[in-house]
Amino acid sequence: MNDTAQIASEKEIAAARALLDAHAVEMVAWHFHESTGCPFWLEKKSEMKFDPLQEIRSFDDLKKFDPFEDEWLRGGPVRRWVPKGLADKPVYVFETGGTTGIPKSRIALDDFRTDYSLFSETLPDKYFPRGANWLMLGPSGPRRLRLAVEHLAQHRGGISFCIDLDPRWVVKLIQKGWMEHLEEYKKHCIDQAITILSAGHDIRCMFGTPKLIESLCLALEERGTSLAEQGVTGIFSGGTEFTPQWTRFCVEELFGGPPEESGIYMTPTYGNTLMGLAASGPCHAANNYKITYYAPQPRAVIEVVDFDDTDRVVGYGQTGRAKLTTLTKEFFVPGFLERDEGEREQPYEKYPWDGISEVRPFHRLASATTVGVY
Amino acid sequence: MIELPAIRWGEPYRSLDVDEIVHFETGELVARVHVVGAGIIRRDAHKAKRARQALLAMPPAELIEKCKAAGELFENGTLSVGDSQQSPTDFIGQQSATTGMPLSMCQANMTKNAFVLKNMGQILDCLTRGLNLDTLARGYGEEGRGVTVSYQAQCDALGAVLPNNSPGVHTLWLPVIALQMGLVLKPGSSEPWTPYRIFAAMVEAGIPVEAFCLYPGAGADIGGAILVSCRRSMIFGGSQTVEQYAGNPKVQVHGPGFSKILLGDDCVDDWQRYVGLMVDSVYRNGGRSCINCGSIYASRHTKEIAQALAAKLGPIDVFPPDDPRAGLAAFTTEGAAASIWDALERDIEDPQTTHITANYGERLVENPPVAYLRPVVLHCGSPTAPAANREYMFPAVSVVECPQEKMLSAIGPTLVTTAITADENFRRDLIASRDIDRLNMGEIPTPQLDWLQPHEGNLFDFLYRSRALQIAP
Repeated sequence: MNDTAQIASEKEIAAARALLDAHAVEMVAWHFHESTGCPFWLEKKSEMKFDPLQEIRSFDDLKKFDPFEDEWLRGGPVRRWVPKGLADKPVYVFETGGTTGIPKSRIALDDFRTDYSLFSETLPDKYFPRGANWLMLGPSGPRRLRLAVEHLAQHRGGISFCIDLDPRWVVKLIQKGWMEHLEEYKKHCIDQAITILSAGHDIRCMFGTPKLIESLCLALEERGTSLAEQGVTGIFSGGTEFTPQWTRFCVEELFGGPPEESGIYMTPTYGNTLMGLAASGPCHAANNYKITYYAPQPRAVIEVVDFDDTDRVVGYGQTGRAKLTTLTKEFFVPGFLERDEGEREQPYEKYPWDGISEVRPFHRLASATTVGVY
Repeated sequence: MIELPAIRWGEPYRSLDVDEIVHFETGELVARVHVVGAGIIRRDAHKAKRARQALLAMPPAELIEKCKAAGELFENGTLSVGDSQQSPTDFIGQQSATTGMPLSMCQANMTKNAFVLKNMGQILDCLTRGLNLDTLARGYGEEGRGVTVSYQAQCDALGAVLPNNSPGVHTLWLPVIALQMGLVLKPGSSEPWTPYRIFAAMVEAGIPVEAFCLYPGAGADIGGAILVSCRRSMIFGGSQTVEQYAGNPKVQVHGPGFSKILLGDDCVDDWQRYVGLMVDSVYRNGGRSCINCGSIYASRHTKEIAQALAAKLGPIDVFPPDDPRAGLAAFTTEGAAASIWDALERDIEDPQTTHITANYGERLVENPPVAYLRPVVLHCGSPTAPAANREYMFPAVSVVECPQEKMLSAIGPTLVTTAITADENFRRDLIASRDIDRLNMGEIPTPQLDWLQPHEGNLFDFLYRSRALQIAP
């Protein structure tokens, strides 16, 4: 937990937990009822040794499910993931991976809008002004992020500009060791961003991956200008590369100081296509830029679990693997073991449930993971 | 325990990201190094000009004198390194503790680096072929026949991505400061010691502190950022690294050497005379360098030569690093020694290849958490055997039977070749060979470098380019 935040009271924690328990039961009832559930889970139900409709009475009961395997998301038919209760609604499909082979697909209807509308409430209007236009400096193509950021901008009354960025090509460049091509591709993306920023669109807010924010700032610096001069005041970013040291570098050197001095406010987020978006508690020099994420409960939950006994949550301050649970009407993911680890953090007043800090690639898988590629 | 901040043009920088470097055997914490990200390196690179300006403010002759003083301090002084005072004994102990190298080897490499610093004037005189260094400082000069000569600096600072395995290679970048260019260094992840001590010695000797950046840590991002942001860089790595940067004019790449000894037909019958030279070439510095001999080519007596080498090298055993008899370095990366041994065993399965040290006891010595490989001698019936052109990070040599007339087409790219022959025709062919970088004619062990000769390309040619400059009368 961040040292300037207030620990949540027992009462607040209990209330949040009760809400989560009730929500978990409601979502299981939806996903495993013949009239509303999706073909995938209804088929799984027939293989289970327990009846989810009868035996899931709290969030903790979700441990009865086998861990969710994201490999299930590869290949079709994608309709098997669409709940019958939502079958007549327009459906999106978002993909992750796919540099080689079949990507993992997740269906979505409104989840991305809901997640980002909720996230919008965490953004300070002073730095993310209502009505301001946005720049989306991240992956394009069949990814949730592009549409989600666009929705965020629209939700706040603005319009989102975006660039073309194919992360699968970036991963291939890294795997081939074509570092000069990688550099040129990055420049190509940054050139697009600078062109948009300089085109008089009144862009004040942006999403960017850490590497691209850094490259954008350096490129602007080379041109004798800065993000602040370009009018940007609010940035959100995310991923395991968003470390305290990187934040410090951005704030102290690239932006020119904390928000009150530089006029630029940056907030980290953590998430993926399966779970959604976790916001961060306060992160600044006074707490050594420590970053702690809190999932948007009860729609999604982050637990920090023992590396070997993944049903056991570790103690506060202890290190464990991130375990994600998604509980929306569109998508049910019980206990997905993420490729990240971190420390379990105390609930605090704004988010009266557990958080995770110092998120980094899971050490047992780290060498096989290509992080922060774009 | 010593704390090593990153150095940003001379300014210490304490990062929120810290890597720990531990004793190779006990796991005890030896150093904490402050790691910065690629963004800081790229941003700092924009200020490289200031490093060059600071060095240009000092005449080359003065810089050479300061390098000499730095050599003395590096070898004998107690210096401020990180948050500690470091004596030469501390330095050698720390280097041995994190790399697994015997103390004697650390001492030898220290002496080698100090030698280069102390003889900087002579080394530069040779690298530049006698150029008056004031010509570089001023940008142009007079050749002496009424001809203007001008050299254009190709960068303001040289980037160098440094290795863990052989502290002797630091000699390659030492002349850069006296050539009035800054240094942007990424020390090896377990060997930050030499770059930091050289930095400390140079600053203590009066070289401007703003000429140096040191970015320690294990991340590949650091090296990548240095290579992208410096106009000239050198990198040390394996064959894959060499392949990756081949033909890139911005990068001087130092990889495996595949160094060899060739015995000419006119000398090979006297092979016994050269056994000492061959053993020294294979074993010196623990066989870890690109200049150690990995193959010996001869047209006859190859089995006897291999047996004679095995008799000398085979019994060499593993000793603790502080034992004066220690000549083998530990493999500190888990599984590395076993994986090399597996590769060797695959080579030995070849029907043309015989393991001559097989009767001298187990070669792979597992001593958790580290492992050692005792010297290996193989015999190859022809240069087509897979082991005929290998290089490993320990004393391993293949004695290859090959007719003299086929040697030069068989050896492939070779960093150091010691050719023992008085046959003028063979000597001419050796000189003409484009596969040989450093050529030793006669009884010179492959690791015996003449510092007055260029190494894998002339550093001066890499950093400066001869160009036309005409001045109106």
